[in-house]
Amino acid sequence: MSQNKSQAGTIQNPRVTWEGCSVLLDINDGDRLVFARLSAAATLKIGNKNFSLQPLIGCPFGSSFQIENGDKGPFLSRFVASMEGNNAQEKEDFESQEISKDNRALVDNNKAQSLTGEDIDAMRRQGATGDEIVDALIANSATFEKKTLFSQEKYRLKKQKKYAPKVLLRRPVARSICEAYFKKYPARIGFLRVDTLSLLLSMANVSANSDVLVVDMVGGLLTGAVAERLGGTGYVCGTYLGVTPYPMDIVRIFNFSDEVCNRIVRSALTELSLTQTVTLEQIHQQENELNMECLSNPQMSSSVSMEEISPSEKEITVPVPENAISLVNKMGKSTKAGNKASQQAIELWKENGFSSLIIAAPELDIWSLLQDILPLLSNSAPFAIYHQYLQPLATCMHNLQLGKMAIGLQISEPWLREYQVLPSRTHPCMQMNAFGGYILSGTKICSS
Amino acid sequence: MIRPKYELYSLYSHGVSGGWGALSCSCYCILFYKFRSLRMLPIDPTKKISFSRIVCDGDLVIVYERHDNMKAVKVCQDSVLQNRFGVFKHSDWIGKPFGSKVFSNKGGFIYLLAPTPELWTLVLSHRTQILYIADISFVVMYLEIVPGCLVLESGTGSGSLTTSLARAVAPTGHVYTFDFHEQRAASAREDFEKTEVCNLVTVGVRDIQGEGFPEEFSGLADSVFLDLPQPWLAIPSAAKMLKPDGALCSFSPCIEQVQRTCDTLISKFTVLIRSLMGLVHVSSASLLDIRTFEVLLRTYEVQEVRMNCSQGDGGNLGSLIRKRRRHSGKGNNVQDNLSSPTVMARPCSEAKGHTGYLTFARLKCLS
Repeated sequence: MSQNKSQAGTIQNPRVTWEGCSVLLDINDGDRLVFARLSAAATLKIGNKNFSLQPLIGCPFGSSFQIENGDKGPFLSRFVASMEGNNAQEKEDFESQEISKDNRALVDNNKAQSLTGEDIDAMRRQGATGDEIVDALIANSATFEKKTLFSQEKYRLKKQKKYAPKVLLRRPVARSICEAYFKKYPARIGFLRVDTLSLLLSMANVSANSDVLVVDMVGGLLTGAVAERLGGTGYVCGTYLGVTPYPMDIVRIFNFSDEVCNRIVRSALTELSLTQTVTLEQIHQQENELNMECLSNPQMSSSVSMEEISPSEKEITVPVPENAISLVNKMGKSTKAGNKASQQAIELWKENGFSSLIIAAPELDIWSLLQDILPLLSNSAPFAIYHQYLQPLATCMHNLQLGKMAIGLQISEPWLREYQVLPSRTHPCMQMNAFGGYILSGTKICSS
Repeated sequence: MIRPKYELYSLYSHGVSGGWGALSCSCYCILFYKFRSLRMLPIDPTKKISFSRIVCDGDLVIVYERHDNMKAVKVCQDSVLQNRFGVFKHSDWIGKPFGSKVFSNKGGFIYLLAPTPELWTLVLSHRTQILYIADISFVVMYLEIVPGCLVLESGTGSGSLTTSLARAVAPTGHVYTFDFHEQRAASAREDFEKTEVCNLVTVGVRDIQGEGFPEEFSGLADSVFLDLPQPWLAIPSAAKMLKPDGALCSFSPCIEQVQRTCDTLISKFTVLIRSLMGLVHVSSASLLDIRTFEVLLRTYEVQEVRMNCSQGDGGNLGSLIRKRRRHSGKGNNVQDNLSSPTVMARPCSEAKGHTGYLTFARLKCLS
């Protein structure tokens, strides 16, 4: 029973890495995020050294790695957190000692630490571990004892990050990919924040066996997130104006199985529209010509990952069967996801309509796009439109109301704030992202 | 022993035994099946929203009177709906496509919408305080729930979140939800049958704070969600249920609850959980990625307005005149000084200030 369940689950979200899979490397608790593809030749740069990612292959997602010294030099080694004793004692110490200390005597003149850079290098050469270096730094700090316990903790963490960095192996899923991109390259995803993305998926009622129409100009993040929720059923059809599909490189990071990839298709808006002014052959011809250009010129589509990996990494196609369930994930230029929608599928969509619509197109004129796209949507189907600017959505909403094309219209702006929750130190985080975009949502009604 | 329902075809047999009592399959359910009606979740591909789908006798429809006024109605050949717009005969609805406008005897109208978890959240009967779309969507995303997942939830409450969880795990996953209140659990079960997610959701009556989750789910849960008054009491059990790298979320309105929960999450512990078989020693579990958030939605209202471009007495700036307001004989010069109508948006003054804090954590991989 649960065997079947967990097997079905494993196909959708495998929990152990394999050769060729995409991973998200979280260095020092979110300080640095790197997407990588695991292979024998892949490396990660920490400080001024390159570390092979080979030790990460075959490990469960969620594993942590630290730098250890070996015969051939330092390498990434998996470690399991040791079972520390209860922190109850520490907490009592916090409360009792706190009242006496403050920072009135501390002068920030950079003279507190007596260990020099050379001393630290010497320790490293002698094979000292990162934690040993941190302990030495604390021992040689003139002001350490004068700090409050909270400050001491902060100091220790800061030194640990520098001298004993930790690498957390994260599974790339919609949440982690969106957060990483939002932090590092927000422009590439149209500043689509994770809570906004989650709202789009809910408001558009994305679920298994749905046919979701998307206009994805955010690098493929939206398409990937929808495909994740479809779980290998239904379809997510990415449509585009003109003849060139929008790039969707981010879809490759999701580690989708073939099943899921086959559900991610693309089709020009002209092909999907009920009234065809251009013949299909003409469209195909134009598309083929452009596809040839794309394949021979890989720089056309924005390169999404790998820039943090050393150029010596080669993309080798080595399908490795994972346990009994063969999960072949081929790398390389030919993306399984994003194939042209079959004629059959297009005919079916013309007959039944799409069950929902999501638009994330910061550069397009929303109202004119919507006028062309809305007829493709089934009756009583929900839609959600993401935009960075309020005015185009306001105009859209007004026109939809006037034209009696949709009801339940709402423009929402999501608000997200994170909290630091620590004993005696609970407050909202000092840094906050103030803007996650706007969403216009509604339900299409029957034209009277 | 709890035997969960996961066979999609067995709409009739709910294999439940033990302390829950048998789930009665109402003839309601059978009606749905016989009439091949539209389902909220298109578990069967032939029953999803499409142009060809029409309202059938026995369907659950969402009656839309106004943006803030909707209700769920079960279509019945001989029934009527009465509201301030008049009397609506259900028989007029049967055979019409979803999304249609239907009229009353007085010429008033409403819209008939297909149910979705979002609409259901807005129309369901509140037996407890519920979660709304902002929190629901964030939870589903942050707990990384996808088809095939096994999700544990407590308390069930009014089933608002549960319905969305069911959508997220369909068609191969399952949601096991627990509430210590027997009547509320029964009402929830009824609702899940109404919205036809009952083969994705199993409701149990259990005091999770006191007893923890059932042993047989140990190490099997992809995600756990807690909406309890004292969630820290359930954390040890939740940690035991999770697969390595599985995710946990706790929703609490009060900051003190959050502090206590995070305290429990941070400390590494060795726990003794009393189970049906006696004292069971649970090895240390530890959680990381502990993050607490607040999520809210700000809504905007959109109006067509005209700006008064004239310089008033004493050089005052003109005022905004809404297009719809009747100009009571102020003379034509006022109209001449108005700009052409522009669509403008401004935030709504009414908004939710707070629902609760969402605390997330992840189970470390210890092997």
